[in-house]
Amino acid sequence: MSSPTTPPPRIELAHVTVRHGDVRALDDVSLVVDGGGWLALVGESGAGKSTLLRCINRLVEPSAGTVTIDGVPVSARDPVALRRSVGFVPQDGGLLPHWRAWRNAALVPWLLGRREARPLAERALARAGLDPGTMGERWPHELSGGERQRVAVARALAGGQSLLLLDEPFGALDAITRSDLQRMLLDLRRGDGGGLTMVLVTHDLREALLLADRVAVLRAGRLEQVADAGALAAAPATPYVAALLARAGVAA
Amino acid sequence: MPLVAALAAWSLAGRAAAAQGASDPVPARRPVVVASKPFGESFLLAEMFAQLLESRGIAVERRPGLGATEVAFAALRAGAIDVYPEYTGTGLLAVLHERPRGDAGTVFATVRREFDARWGVRWLPPLGFENSYAIAVRPETARRYALRTIGDLARVAPRLTAGLSPDFIERPDGLAGLASAYDLHFRAVRPLAQALKYRALATGGVDVVDGYSTDGLIARYGLVVLGDDRRFFPPYEAAALVGRRLRRDDPRAVAVLTELSGLIDAPRMRALNARVEVNGEPVARVAADALRELGLVGGGGAAPAPVATRPARSFWSYLWSERARLAAETARHLLLVGVSLLAAILVAVPLGLHLERTRRVAEPVIGGIGLLETIPSIALLAFMIPLLGVGVWPALVALWLYSLYPIVRSTYSGVRDADPSAVQAAHALGMTPWQVLRYVRTPLAAPSILAGIRTAAVIDVGTATLAAFIGAGGLGEPIATGLALADTRLILSGALPAAVLALLVDGFLALVERRVTPASLRR
Repeated sequence: MSSPTTPPPRIELAHVTVRHGDVRALDDVSLVVDGGGWLALVGESGAGKSTLLRCINRLVEPSAGTVTIDGVPVSARDPVALRRSVGFVPQDGGLLPHWRAWRNAALVPWLLGRREARPLAERALARAGLDPGTMGERWPHELSGGERQRVAVARALAGGQSLLLLDEPFGALDAITRSDLQRMLLDLRRGDGGGLTMVLVTHDLREALLLADRVAVLRAGRLEQVADAGALAAAPATPYVAALLARAGVAA
Repeated sequence: MPLVAALAAWSLAGRAAAAQGASDPVPARRPVVVASKPFGESFLLAEMFAQLLESRGIAVERRPGLGATEVAFAALRAGAIDVYPEYTGTGLLAVLHERPRGDAGTVFATVRREFDARWGVRWLPPLGFENSYAIAVRPETARRYALRTIGDLARVAPRLTAGLSPDFIERPDGLAGLASAYDLHFRAVRPLAQALKYRALATGGVDVVDGYSTDGLIARYGLVVLGDDRRFFPPYEAAALVGRRLRRDDPRAVAVLTELSGLIDAPRMRALNARVEVNGEPVARVAADALRELGLVGGGGAAPAPVATRPARSFWSYLWSERARLAAETARHLLLVGVSLLAAILVAVPLGLHLERTRRVAEPVIGGIGLLETIPSIALLAFMIPLLGVGVWPALVALWLYSLYPIVRSTYSGVRDADPSAVQAAHALGMTPWQVLRYVRTPLAAPSILAGIRTAAVIDVGTATLAAFIGAGGLGEPIATGLALADTRLILSGALPAAVLALLVDGFLALVERRVTPASLRR
């Protein structure tokens, strides 16, 4: 199998602030994701969780603070090369509609000039739970919403990425498809024996607690609480987190 | 053969354009370029000029039907043509923009002095007749209201409908001036094309028309021309207008042209016009006969140029008999459209793609290009003449300018609006901006780009018919000539193939559009 070629990286965000004019989308957020760890960023819409995620692969540049991957500031890296090394799954898949599924999955190896792009893409499709022989030949519009997201996950992995950023990846899916895909992600992680560092953005606290090791709750650009999933459910640090837990039907 | 002919004519036009500066000390002996404006009498006089020159062994190139005064005069001034028939009144009003005044002698003296001083252009002595504006009515109308002059007409005008050429309605020295000079107010005024006016009058659709005093059609319909008792219309004496280059380099040709001065009186001109406009005789034959009758050329006459005839055959057999000419004109038309469109694609598509990267300037740039579309086609063609002369080049440039806007606009909006989530994902996974443009935006925009090219192509096929007015040929040529000679069959022989061509071009590009649409986007 195509396990990642590099050990899963450690991510550190230190005092990250993002200003849009007068508005602080993120305000002095500091977080650590251990190598091979899985962090979920939770919050209501507008809390800044997607912005925080996008600081990691430089889709957003912080106004202040630093983001490092394995101790190297991302600001020191070429953004294009950085993005090719980081898997990214957007909410709506973002598949190129004029490319077949396999070619979408082969995007990053192809960009890297890897000759074995297609076999890498097919292996990644298989890891994401799709039969490359049949599904690989389909056009995006011939796939269901869940299948499209699986292709997007395959695309985020096919280049051998060891860091995966997931931005509300299942937000637009029905409950059954959603739980299938959640299981796929768990299998993916288990199959790789901790070879992936993952950051998941979700507004669904239950999903965060189900999937991630650690959960960070953001509220209006500020970090409300960060804790291991179990600890957070057991001991919310603020009334806001407690209320979120209650609304999600998790708290006692 | 048609394509070869088209290319040959094209290169010739290029040379004419190159010679426009006329600053070379040893002028190459190029043929004398004889042109006309697009109406019957102008065709006929120009053909007489041409045949007379040829009979004296002077080589001639014909450019009949240059669209209206601005185009013909601009071409003369630029040296793209050497001589064409013009009228003193037109020179005074339309070129010098002076007020109508004085008698024929004064007007001639004025235009002769001013044209020479300003542009080195020379009016040869008048040919011998005036072709003034004429106001005409049916004989019954004249009898019923006892009409002999325009003054008489003013009394009953509120009961009558006038069918006037749009040109006459617009000009301040046309309807507006006439109305105030005679206190003349019609019940209604309909703009009618020259070719339709007399027919509308004869069939009672309108009661009064404007025309020209030497129109052959006035005789055909037995119309009554009303006298200009207040001398409102300025004198319109016909004369050869000679450009600077010919004057300087070829005094013999000028002397030959002067032989016609004073020889053609109004009845003779009316009779000659009637042979062309009423009987549908070829212009070349009528011109040859006229020169023989005037004793200027001997028996044989010149080889007749291919000009319309009106044989009594069905339209389709007429089209069939004209197939060689139509094929050549269609080939020329396709050449005009093809070359201008290709050049427009080569500029507009990269520009549209580039504007996506510099969006702040995109709308101003596209808006600026859009302004070109608002220039009337004939005006744009006329603007080209001082720069490029007459013929294929100015037509190509004008068509190219017209084609830019739809292609730039559709390219820009196509790449700008390409599936935003796909574009963002491609960016997020490490495509460079150039790769996003090349592999995502452009393929997704291809249908939109092609739609713009299709629009431009179909507009081009239509606009190219106007290229005939600056001597570029194509299917506009029979249309322009047919309009000038009131020959419906000739008009249709250009208009129908042009329409079919537009449909074929559209259909062909629809197929191409299907081909370039990403398979996944075909629904």
